[in-house]
This record gives sequence, C-alpha cells and structure tokens, in this order.
Amino acid sequence: MTGFWPTVAAVVWKDIQAELRTKDIVISVLAFALLSLIIFNFALRPSPQLTPVVAPGVLWVAFTFAGVLGLTRTFVLEKEQGNLIGLLLTPTSREALYVGKMLGSLFFMLVAEAVLLPVFAVLFNISPFQPGLLLIILMATLGFAAIGTLFSAMAVNTRSREIVLPMLFLPIVVPIIIGAVVASGTALDGGPWSDMVRWFQLIAVFDVLALVFSAFAFEHVLQE
Amino acid sequence: MATDGEDTGGRQRGRSCQAEGMVEADANAPLAIEVKGLTKTYGPQVVLRDLDLDLAWGGFLIVFGPNGSGKTTLIKVLATISRPTRGEVRVAGFDMKSNPGAIRRNIGLVTHQPLLYDDLTALENLKFHGRMFGLTNLEERIEKAADLMGVSSYLGRKVSILSHGMQKRLSLARAVLHDPPILLLDEPETGLDQEALEMLGQMMVSGDRGRRTVLMATHSLEKGLALGNQVAILAGGKIAYHEDRALVDEAMFKDTYGHFTGIAS
Repeated sequence: MTGFWPTVAAVVWKDIQAELRTKDIVISVLAFALLSLIIFNFALRPSPQLTPVVAPGVLWVAFTFAGVLGLTRTFVLEKEQGNLIGLLLTPTSREALYVGKMLGSLFFMLVAEAVLLPVFAVLFNISPFQPGLLLIILMATLGFAAIGTLFSAMAVNTRSREIVLPMLFLPIVVPIIIGAVVASGTALDGGPWSDMVRWFQLIAVFDVLALVFSAFAFEHVLQE
Repeated sequence: MATDGEDTGGRQRGRSCQAEGMVEADANAPLAIEVKGLTKTYGPQVVLRDLDLDLAWGGFLIVFGPNGSGKTTLIKVLATISRPTRGEVRVAGFDMKSNPGAIRRNIGLVTHQPLLYDDLTALENLKFHGRMFGLTNLEERIEKAADLMGVSSYLGRKVSILSHGMQKRLSLARAVLHDPPILLLDEPETGLDQEALEMLGQMMVSGDRGRRTVLMATHSLEKGLALGNQVAILAGGKIAYHEDRALVDEAMFKDTYGHFTGIAS
C-alpha cells in the first residue's frame, strides 16, 4: 500500500495545482466573504463601544458562509470526469485520501481568511493580529474542514449539493461557531487567556472527534 | 473453459514487482477473476442476481449486454468501487472484502469517463496517478505509456483542451501506467478512432510482465467478437451465456444474443 503521507501530499498538491489554474474556490469564497464584511460594516456602523460586541459575530458569519461555499467545491473537482472513481481505484488508505482532501480544504480556507482578516481589521478599526484570536481561527477552521470535507463528500452525489451541504454541515458545527465567536470576542476585547481556555478546550475536543469520526466514515460515504 | 491464456498464466503470476513495493497477484490463485453468487441491489432494484463468473489468467473475456443489463455494475464491483450485496468476489487471488487494496494494485480500469482532471495537464494527471500507486521510475513509465497510446506530444497540454479521443487515449495510458495484470474495460472503444482501437488491442494483451487478463464490457457485437477469446452475455442480472470465442459463429451468436436479451442485433 502506498504510504500514508506521500498519498496525502499527492492529493493536496493536486488540489493546489488545480486551484492555481482555476482559482474557483479562493475567488468565490473571497468575493462572498468580502461582500459580507462590507455590508455588515455599513449596516451596523459600529461605534468603538459596539465593535467588540458585533465584530466577532460578523467575522464568523463571513468565515462560516465562505467556508461552506469553499467546501461545496471540494468534491466537485473529483466528481467531474469521474475522478472520484479514479481516486477510489488507487491502492491507498481511505484515511489518507480523507486527510489529503481535508488539508487541501483547510489550506484554501486559511488563505481566504488570511486575506479577509486585514480587511476586517480596517473596516472595524481593530487589531486582529493577536495570538489568541489567530489560535481560535486556526482551531475552528480545522474543525470546519474536518467535518466539512466529510459532508462535502456526502453531498457531492446529491442533486442539490449546494443546499444539502449547509443543511448537514451547519447544525453540526454550531458548537465550534459558538465557541469561536465567544472566544474571539474575549480576544478582541483584550480579555485574559483564562477566559478563553474552556472555549479552546471545546473546539479542540470537537476537532479531535470530527477528525477521528470523519476519517473512519469517509470510506463508507464514498463507496457504493 | 479452455483459454489460450493458461500457458502464460504462470509467467503472469510469477512476475516480480518488488521494486515498487507492489502486492503481487496471488501465485496460488488458479483464476484471475472468480465470482460466486454475486448479488448487487440498489434499494429495491436488483441489478446483479446470484451471478457466477470465472476467468483464467491470460483470458480475454468480452461481456455483452444491452444498456441497463448490469455490465457497468459488474465492473464496478470487480474494481472494488461498489460493494457486493451478497456473494464472493476474488480478483487476482485476493478476496474483495478482506483485501481490496491488493486488488486495486492488480487492476487497471477504463470507463466511459476518462477519470482525468480537466484543469491539470496530461503529464500532471499521469504523475498524480503514478504517485498514488507509489511507482518508481515514474518519468520512464509515463514516457512509455504515453508513447504506447500516442499521446507523448500532448503531455504538456491541459486535459480540458484535448479532444475526446485524445482524452480517451490518455485514460488508457493512465490505466496501464502501473502495469496491472488485469484490465477491466467498460466500453473502452467509445470515442476511439481506428488507430487508437488497434493500440488498445495491443495494449490490452501485452504488458511488461506478460499477457494481461482482460474483462471488457460492451454492447458492440462486432468490436467485441473481434477482440476477445471468450464471450459472455449478461442478461437478467446473470451470466446467461459463456463460451470460447473459437467455438462461436458470429451469425449464430447474434441470434443467441437476441434470444437472451430480447434485442434484435
């Protein structure tokens, strides 16, 4: 059997190569998320007092819906021209295929977030480059990608995948979104680490469960 | 069932592929493909019903059947893409349930779809496939497979701009890149010109490590009868007819096909 990490690397690199050609995921995600941030900014017109209250919610609404948009595309590439069959024909572990696809999604989401964060900082006049906030973003995005990759694989074989994915995905990631919003608010407000720890723990537990469950379930989702 | 592949079976099965760390076909397996009591259902629909099929090493079996007869489902099951509802399936000597990875090492699949990434170049597609199989000497293998299928001068082009025929050739190159001893072909002749069809015939029977075993599904009686050394008819979810090609008269076979499928050929 082909090694686990060489398989993961091959899948991630293939997804990056394809995305560099098309820019399908990053452009659609960025356009949607930037628009969300701008609309919220003009709609709420947050004062310095209101900003710490509304900014975390705005940030995670933009990240969440942009994430769903990106995840919808994750398996479209595999579905076209029957490539999902091509992937399943390889003598690699299904866990490695899952981790490869998940890391690819994580990479694209993090790239989009890295572009969005400075825009968010300018629009809401805050400094987002705080270790606590960056750690929350990294952990929550990992959870999104972990569970989202599995549901994206489930949704790709349905006719209305753009509807099915959010319906499956969003209720499951509610704990992450709540944890991320509350912990981000604390971080942006300059609150102590001790106030964020339990939310870090919640997100970390979710990440581990999502990764283990999704890696196990991936083969059953893909095979007829 | 006599096949002209039995004398080459030992050579086939004795091949060494340790350099790539590949799982060799089971040297003790008398048959390349062995199916017993295979049933496959999709919900209430029974597609394959208690199907039995044997194919010796080196055999070239053409499975005929009309649209919807279950040819593609049979190939998907043999390729480990689809799980049997019931029954035993062994390919290259390996049991499908306990060792699907070893089966995948030993098969190459060509379907209606090219199984290629549109946005990657032909070379990038072949490299990706080679990496997923952990192949050594990848550049050399790609060069050889591309030469064989006449796509060498197209390797730098994106798949999306290649013609359907070129995509099909590239798909065939992909299927033999890891030099599998068994080929599963689901109507591979679709979209191929005469030259490519001849290449396909050549590629199907001879690999680096000996004669390949081929199971090909098609509904084209003329093309199928010209290629195989065994013929079978899939009807009612079963192999309703299975015979040596040498014992089959073309005109009579058309009548037999019509008898089992209810379709005038």
